Amino acid sequence: MTEHIVTKKQYAMVFAILMLLTLATTAIGMIDLGRLNVVVALVIATIKALLVVLFFMHIYWSSKLNKLVVVSGVAWLALLLWLTLTDIFSRGWLPFPGK
Amino acid sequence: MANHTTLALRHQFDNVEQQKDASTFGMWVFLVTEILFFGGMFCCYTVYRSLYPSAFGHASNHLDVMLGAVSTAVLICSSFTMACAVNSAATGAKNALAAFLWVTILFAAAFLVVEMSEWHMLYKEGLMPGFNFTYHDVDPAHVQLFFCMYFAMTGLHASHVTIGIGLLVVMAIRASRGAFTPQYYTPIEISGLYWHFVDLVWIFLFPLYYLIARHLH
Repeated sequence: MTEHIVTKKQYAMVFAILMLLTLATTAIGMIDLGRLNVVVALVIATIKALLVVLFFMHIYWSSKLNKLVVVSGVAWLALLLWLTLTDIFSRGWLPFPGK
Repeated sequence: MANHTTLALRHQFDNVEQQKDASTFGMWVFLVTEILFFGGMFCCYTVYRSLYPSAFGHASNHLDVMLGAVSTAVLICSSFTMACAVNSAATGAKNALAAFLWVTILFAAAFLVVEMSEWHMLYKEGLMPGFNFTYHDVDPAHVQLFFCMYFAMTGLHASHVTIGIGLLVVMAIRASRGAFTPQYYTPIEISGLYWHFVDLVWIFLFPLYYLIARHLH
């Protein structure tokens, strides 16, 4: 694997976008969008997380093995959330006698 | 050839590159366990927030959104200076490397100061379960649950920040002693990964605790 050195200028670009997104998410948080507030906040947080993982943590330039490790981590987290939440939200959907 | 490169290469590896790849891979596997460690708490938070949305909404409006935004900004700054430290290590700028590491430590300490002032404020308002909890407004039981989770998650995160500061101090001292070269700076790279992970967790903690019920205020 050839070494990829990320320049300070590239880091500065990512940093500027992260700061702008922080400002944006804080400002949007003050506006009432109903249920969309949660969605917008989480979408912005996910974009910020992607920027950090891809560029600050060099995954964009990393080997396929390291990319796989990151994807598997997210996949296990998704599994954890998915199975827990489907259990919680589907309780009471079926009538059980004596419950 | 007794240069830093050969000294840094452990005998089980073929070459420096293979050693670096193995270290980075190992660190990422560790970070995946960390994702799931925090993930369990985020999952717990999601369940309780969806079960008691109004109590969690009330409770989250007791947090100071400005302090939350400032600590987010401070952590992002620290991530940026950490990234610059990795760049300095890769390009062999030894003085810049040590300087960037110390600036990162400074930002990390600033983050802890802001967070502690938030905790102190909550303690004085009687919103710290187990120490001083005097909230008797709407649904106190579930407001207490919110603050239990808030202190557990930000506390776990703060402990990671504290460990990170210790790690970076060691790296800064080693850097100023000239332990790293453009051929061998894996410890800096690995510490950087850890530090960015700490930032990553806060990127989700901030909107979930401070923002998503702010418009109800």
